[in-house]
Amino acid sequence: MADATMTEVVRPSRLALALRYTKRNKSLAVGLAILFFLIAFTAIGFMVIDPKHAYPLTAAAKKAPSLKYPLGTDFFGRDLLAAMVVGMWQTAAIGLLAGGIGTVIGVVLGFISAYFGGWIDTIIKTVCQILTPIPVLLIQVVVAGTLDKRDVTIFMMALIIVVLSWMGTTLVVRSQVLTMKERQFVAVAKLSGVGSMGIIFKEIMPNLLPFIAAAFVVQVFQAVFASFYLAVLGLGPLREPLLGNIIWSAQGQGAFFNGWWWWPIEPAIAMVLILGSLALINMGLDELANPRVRKSE
Amino acid sequence: MLRLVIRRLLFLALVIWSASTIVFFIPRMSETNAIRERFAELARTGGFSPTDLEKIIESYTKQFGLDRPLWDQYQDYIVSIFKLDFGFSLNRYPMTVTDVIMQAIPWTLSLLLVTTIISFLIGNLLGALSAWPKAPGWVRAFATPFVLLTGVPPVIMGVLLLFFLGFRMKLLPLGGSYSIGVVPDGSWTFMLDVLKHQVLPALSLILGSVGGWVLSMRGMGITIQGEDYVNFAEHKGLGAGAIFRDYYLRNTLLPQATALALALGTVVTSAIVVEGLFGLPGIGQALNNAIRSNDFPVIYGIVLFITGAVATLMVLMEFVYPLLDPRIRNE
Repeated sequence: MADATMTEVVRPSRLALALRYTKRNKSLAVGLAILFFLIAFTAIGFMVIDPKHAYPLTAAAKKAPSLKYPLGTDFFGRDLLAAMVVGMWQTAAIGLLAGGIGTVIGVVLGFISAYFGGWIDTIIKTVCQILTPIPVLLIQVVVAGTLDKRDVTIFMMALIIVVLSWMGTTLVVRSQVLTMKERQFVAVAKLSGVGSMGIIFKEIMPNLLPFIAAAFVVQVFQAVFASFYLAVLGLGPLREPLLGNIIWSAQGQGAFFNGWWWWPIEPAIAMVLILGSLALINMGLDELANPRVRKSE
Repeated sequence: MLRLVIRRLLFLALVIWSASTIVFFIPRMSETNAIRERFAELARTGGFSPTDLEKIIESYTKQFGLDRPLWDQYQDYIVSIFKLDFGFSLNRYPMTVTDVIMQAIPWTLSLLLVTTIISFLIGNLLGALSAWPKAPGWVRAFATPFVLLTGVPPVIMGVLLLFFLGFRMKLLPLGGSYSIGVVPDGSWTFMLDVLKHQVLPALSLILGSVGGWVLSMRGMGITIQGEDYVNFAEHKGLGAGAIFRDYYLRNTLLPQATALALALGTVVTSAIVVEGLFGLPGIGQALNNAIRSNDFPVIYGIVLFITGAVATLMVLMEFVYPLLDPRIRNE
């Protein structure tokens, strides 16, 4: 700092700064690296494979990994490489869709609840409190179990998950807006005649963005998790090569008993990578949003 | 105190009522008819004529009271839920849903209790030690791999363990509740065999959840280190063991117990899915079989039973807090 007056300070470029930050925030860096790897796998995969081979009766059955089928094939004659590429894409689609809708619902309800207060706040808060102890997955089991399994699509799966997964975000946003509402910059804006909408979108929203980003990652994580559990229970769209579905059908056919080890192990590893990267990114964002736990270089 | 008890009980009733109402209305909003679905499947495999099928469906609809007004059905339903009466299983008729649950619950309960206690104890101890500057280096190194496991759900841990310990090294059985060929007679060899089949599911549940405890406990341990009372205790010349036990662990007991109560729902659902994966005869398999055979009363019964149990446990935990924390007791 003292040198600054003596010599010209060379400001590093934004990219260099971002790269240097990832050196300090290792969990964010590793999480993003895994995520990029997964995206690359899926993107390149779609160029190499034929998505048709992700469905039954399109390849020789029960083949161990080989040059022709790098990840092997399963009992039903699916090429598992194709299945993994398509399954990864579908998992991402469900996660982003359910996570996105859930975040929007949570943010809107949290805002309404905290900003307007009164009986609306009481209702929203009470509903959240009552729904929280109910194991969400079990209610999703009821919803998914009721539907005709032949009709369940990826989109429907995302909707099933959204129905009961907005409470966490609602409560987080509610508490943040409650504290922000009392800050001085909001009071100043109010005194200078800014309307409700102006205060919400110009004053509070920008300050809330890091929290919303973190909430979104949590929502995506939970959506991927929930869709995986439902699929492992055999409640997903059974035709689709969702990662959970692959494990479900492998267990149903006794894959380990019959020596087809590659069949359940590949979706399991993919799932570890997906959930692991999301968990690491979430930890990293926590560090970004909460300077108190930030580390020095 | 009495007012608090009444308020919590009312809250509990409200939770169970909401869950029951959701479970009552969702299936009735959808187009699919549970009974038709079930018997259409039987007809495909068993092969009886379509007219017989219609008759059977009609008589069952009457039997289950599905032809009465919705409001009447709802009233009877809510009353029966609080009496723990979930009706009959379609697949295993004349067994009631309660019978099915009662048959499965000892397995699930023992697995859950053992794994939750072990992972809670190991996780908290490791977490506390890893945040403690005086702990030996190898203990801290030991905690890191567990933290990396936080993102891995128990089911996936189960698949990975099945592969390494069961399939590759052939140390443990690949699934089921006991080996084929062993007579289930309550002898020592049989008991040992059953126990051996429980090791992998238990291990996947423990490894899948221990990281979470390590992580939260470590965070708390680091905060406590900076507190004045810890500093004071050190200067007072208290031994390292006493500080660790009475200052570290004692102060983290309440938040960690709260976290356990909040995690109950996840813990139970994980156990159910893991049971299904390993084919253990618990609630998980009952649910799996019910889903595979469209046995709707069993699905709904299990969901309501678990919801009620989790909510009840959460409320009970709240009454344990005063025992853990004298500050709450005095209020």
